Amino acid sequence: MSGNKGVKQRGSKIVVRIVLLLATFIFVYPLIWNVIASLKTNKEIMSSPWGLPAALNFDNFIRAFTESSMGEFIINSFFVTGLSMLLLLILVIPTAYALSRFDFKGRKTLHNFYMAGLFIQPVYIMIPLFLMMNNLEMLDNRFWLSLVYAAGALPFSVYLLTGFMRSISKEFEESAFIDGSGYFRTLISIIIPLARPGILTVVIFNFFTFWNEYALALVLISSDEKKTIPVGLANLMEVQRFATDWAALFAGLVLVLLPTITLYALTQKKLTEGMSMGGLKG
Amino acid sequence: MKSKERTAFILFCILPTLLIFSVFIVYPVTQVFIKSMFSSSGFGGNQEFIGLDNFVELFKDDVFLKSLKNTGFLMLVVPVITLFLSLVFASILSFGELREKHLYRTIFFFPSILSFVVIGILWAFIYHPNMGIINEVLNWMGLDQFALTWLGSKDTVLWAIALVMVWQAVGYYMVMYLAGMDSIPRELYEAASLDGANAVQQFFKITVPMLWEIIRITIIFSINGVLNISFVLVIVMTSGGPNNSSQVALTYMYKQAFVNANFGYAMAIAVIVFCVSLLLSFISNKLTEREIH
Repeated sequence: MSGNKGVKQRGSKIVVRIVLLLATFIFVYPLIWNVIASLKTNKEIMSSPWGLPAALNFDNFIRAFTESSMGEFIINSFFVTGLSMLLLLILVIPTAYALSRFDFKGRKTLHNFYMAGLFIQPVYIMIPLFLMMNNLEMLDNRFWLSLVYAAGALPFSVYLLTGFMRSISKEFEESAFIDGSGYFRTLISIIIPLARPGILTVVIFNFFTFWNEYALALVLISSDEKKTIPVGLANLMEVQRFATDWAALFAGLVLVLLPTITLYALTQKKLTEGMSMGGLKG
Repeated sequence: MKSKERTAFILFCILPTLLIFSVFIVYPVTQVFIKSMFSSSGFGGNQEFIGLDNFVELFKDDVFLKSLKNTGFLMLVVPVITLFLSLVFASILSFGELREKHLYRTIFFFPSILSFVVIGILWAFIYHPNMGIINEVLNWMGLDQFALTWLGSKDTVLWAIALVMVWQAVGYYMVMYLAGMDSIPRELYEAASLDGANAVQQFFKITVPMLWEIIRITIIFSINGVLNISFVLVIVMTSGGPNNSSQVALTYMYKQAFVNANFGYAMAIAVIVFCVSLLLSFISNKLTEREIH
């Protein structure tokens, strides 16, 4: 009887493994196919979608840089992502510190105010943002785009970082105060180093958001030389529908994927941990 | 003296952030609601208060009604399929006792950090009638008659887009559920096993009820997530076609604003979408309310 059960269990384990392998294939294959396609010639892409390239065509990547300005778009994306991150940290660290450590009038209201912001999708406000920034002559400017990104990332980042800072023991800063350190110095030299894991979580989460953002970059930036890579790629997709230099398009896709994959490989554990934390407490 | 310094420090900490958040997020939100009642063709000048006329017009606008229907379809179908599959995968990985389960966690989660634009382009090629993998597989299996122009036919386009959304989000919710499942006491399953409950019964009688609060949150996340990704996927994959059969409310909003310069009309669409998503969140919250055991 128990032997029968063992067989049954092993049998269901095999079924489970087959299901998981099939799912893995469905999740991963589009990306592998993309990488392979980026090394094919246009003719090979059309004639044999499954096949491997006869020779590795790295000139697709060269064309992506030279003819489709992918290099420029990538530099813009790095610039905007980096600047947004810097602005976000400058804004969120002091705010999270004040909200998690000081009891002042309106603290709870302010916290709820930011939490309500979690419900605002960027797509909802793209039109009034566009009109306002048009009036203030802030359009087509990478600095203002970055500031908008940072502002949009505030609710989630405030939420993550206040949660984290609350868990830091108060004794560290109390002894700093006794030693005569001012509030500002305590923030810089005690709190920030202690909150580093929390800050890192904020950085990882927002890197993907900033790097991948499309809707706001689409409407707030107009000139080609300032576009970020998601917008550049979407344009290229539009153009290639008719021009059919697909190989260069796939090379472009690989170029956007590289930083994403690298960061994911480095931080994957922290990312999923932070996510389940965010999800459970949200 | 000390308290004055403290107040100054708190203000220094919160005011700049509050100012920037108010200008770039809160003010635009209020503007959406106000300007939705103006007939504004855009840049300054000719704005006229017209009350609810934009809304009345919208409900006579066939394309808008179609786009709203499509949005509603995606908001219902995508969360149901996504969350169910996420739960199943999470169960398999949580209870399957597989040594490689962390690897699957990593792989399944991966699509949820990809750019929506990249996802849209990749899947546009997967669905491509001549060089796409799906039709290639169907031909190879001798099922040529099922090879379709997935994105070019009004019967399949919306399902094709829905499937991409599911692909993108399954791993994300799976990770959320896994965290919850790992904290369910294993004795419950052992006791159920002794009572003769099979895996499916255990799933519905133990796993789902124990995760109920997380499931409720993910339903709301998922309904709202559909809005963002559908906007990008439709722009990149179909531009709303064929004949508006994949148009969603937010792409129609974008078109009204940035192609037709009907800003007031477009913001009325934003208001409606916002209210619909809020209403759906509220309804799902009410429907899923349970006594806490």
